[in-house]
Amino acid sequence: MKTKTAGRHPNGSPRWPAHLWQLRLYVTGETSRSLTAFANLKKLCENHLKGRYRITVIDLVKRPQLAKGDQILAVPTVVRKLPRPVRTIIGNLSDTDHLLVGLDLRATD
Amino acid sequence: MKNNDHQFAVPAVRLPKCPTGVQGLDEITGGGLPRGRPTLVCGGAGCGKTLFAVEFLVRGAAQFGEPGVLMSFEETEAELKANVASLGFDLAGLVRRKKIVVDYVHIEPSEIHESGEYDLEGLFVRLNHAIDSVGAKRVVLDTLEALFAGLRNEAILRAELRRLFRWLKDKGVTAVITAERGREQLTRHGLEEYVSDCVILLDHRVHDQIATRHLRVVKYRGALHGTNEFPFLIGDDGISVLPITSVGLNHKISSERIATGVPRLDAMLGGRGFFRGSSILLTGTPGTGKTIVAANFANAACQRGERTLFFSFEESPNQIVRNMQSIGLRLEPLVRRGLLRFHAARPSLYGLEMHLATMFKEIAGFKPHVVVIDPITSLMDAGTASECRGMVTRLVDYLKAGQVTTLFTSLTQGGHALQQSEAAMSSLMDSWLLLQDLEGNGERNRVLYVLKARGMAHSNQVREFLISNQGIDLVDAYIGPNGVLTGSARAAQTAREKAEALAGQQEAARRKRELERKRAALERQIGGLRSEHEAGAEELRRIDQQVGTQTRMLTTERSELGRLRHADAKMPAGKPGRNGRRN
Repeated sequence: MKTKTAGRHPNGSPRWPAHLWQLRLYVTGETSRSLTAFANLKKLCENHLKGRYRITVIDLVKRPQLAKGDQILAVPTVVRKLPRPVRTIIGNLSDTDHLLVGLDLRATD
Repeated sequence: MKNNDHQFAVPAVRLPKCPTGVQGLDEITGGGLPRGRPTLVCGGAGCGKTLFAVEFLVRGAAQFGEPGVLMSFEETEAELKANVASLGFDLAGLVRRKKIVVDYVHIEPSEIHESGEYDLEGLFVRLNHAIDSVGAKRVVLDTLEALFAGLRNEAILRAELRRLFRWLKDKGVTAVITAERGREQLTRHGLEEYVSDCVILLDHRVHDQIATRHLRVVKYRGALHGTNEFPFLIGDDGISVLPITSVGLNHKISSERIATGVPRLDAMLGGRGFFRGSSILLTGTPGTGKTIVAANFANAACQRGERTLFFSFEESPNQIVRNMQSIGLRLEPLVRRGLLRFHAARPSLYGLEMHLATMFKEIAGFKPHVVVIDPITSLMDAGTASECRGMVTRLVDYLKAGQVTTLFTSLTQGGHALQQSEAAMSSLMDSWLLLQDLEGNGERNRVLYVLKARGMAHSNQVREFLISNQGIDLVDAYIGPNGVLTGSARAAQTAREKAEALAGQQEAARRKRELERKRAALERQIGGLRSEHEAGAEELRRIDQQVGTQTRMLTTERSELGRLRHADAKMPAGKPGRNGRRN
């Protein structure tokens, strides 16, 4: 699994463009569920946030210590780090409506 | 005994156990929790689940060299450290030394949205990472049920939990999973269906406004375990479970005898007092002098140089010291010399098990030869009857194991029922003394009986129990045709007997005097008769003389007369006549 945009480390770093969405997708290995989730997320972002988003994919199998930081329990999990507040959506993201609500995209548009 | 051992022989393959280090729990479970398997600990709010789990981890890391992972779903690491530090657990230090990993899992339901399928692999990864980072052998999940609040898809959750427990077993860690007590089931979300090896139920009940914690091993697959509900408490050094049955009946026995402090009582007990290490019950109605007997016993022990621990649940130490002064018993110097120690507490201060634990701690610390518990019945208010019996059993066992001679006083209501109500407790006691009030003649008097004294000849007599400012004494009660007499009745009876005896003496003296008088009278009569008799004899003699004289005179007169007839001129005619009349 590769990283779509490796955007610099986030959390309100001054150089992070204000309009840019920063999303993290936590997965455990290249399972079909991980791939589905990534595809679903990417599709949605392309539809609603074209050019305004970065997705960081974190494989917990390789970097288990990262699970603690964003309080990951379930996988796949998408964490919207920016814009604030942080929002968390779990699942393979097949339910677009819930994903939109979860990311709070409708309000933004 | 040998046969029994064979009968209950342990199976050849024993389940490996993981010692918890929790006082008493390892005794109940025969060595600890099942090693390499998950154990469910459930209970209501505030019953000590988290503490139990943390103690399991901390003791594992500190005492048994088994590192652990604490995954907390409710309390943050800082909170946990602070909470358990008050119980003397150095969680922070163990975390610093990499013996324990604390992973706080924060679940905020409002922040989590669900879209499509997921699994809990993230949790597994975290747990796995934590376990591997310290080589953990023990894992605590506290409390897993928080997941049910955070995740809405229960089907997935249940499937994942099943997988989690499987995974924990495969990982070979001994896990403790805590869960909230449910209404119908052991846990609110039915976790017990996933954990089948060992289930421990904690409970915090309030009975008569006194809260008592209980622990019960509901299930322990493949092992014998105590199934009773055991009271436990959370003290300064964590949890201690107090198993009733942990001490068997194989105390060492002493045949040494120790004095009771009341010589006459020693005499009633075969002349030498109680056996060392025996338990003595002293029952009595209010005001019969139980504390006084107890204080005398304590005093006697101290005079022998033995340490004595006096648990008082009614009076303050100073009050006891002052009151005993009034009967000439000076306890204060003994306290100063460190031979006598008082421990006073209100029975309602805390629950029964807490009292018991405090007493154990005091006894373990002071190492007394003699213990007085005054009165044990006050403690009965702190729990139900069966709990109390259990407590007394444990206490007696504990003290006997340490060869401590113990005097329990017991306050009873008047009447015959007292002997029934005490019967249950008395079976645990080696000697039983009874103090009683006898009422009559407008007064109450104390009497003392020895109801039983195992292993020694003892008096079957009632003794009157006297308290004066010189101390206490036992005197023989008057037992006669009018029954048992005590107090002034006894005194009156004694006086009456004395009077009767005196009267008898006087009567005898009077009769003696009379007889003597009679004898003297007879004596006098005899004297009279004798003198009469002598007088008669004298008379006779005189008569004889007279007769002789008359005869002589007659003869003389006749001759005179003859002479006179010859010489009338020389003699007056009247003279011989006068002589004749005079004789």
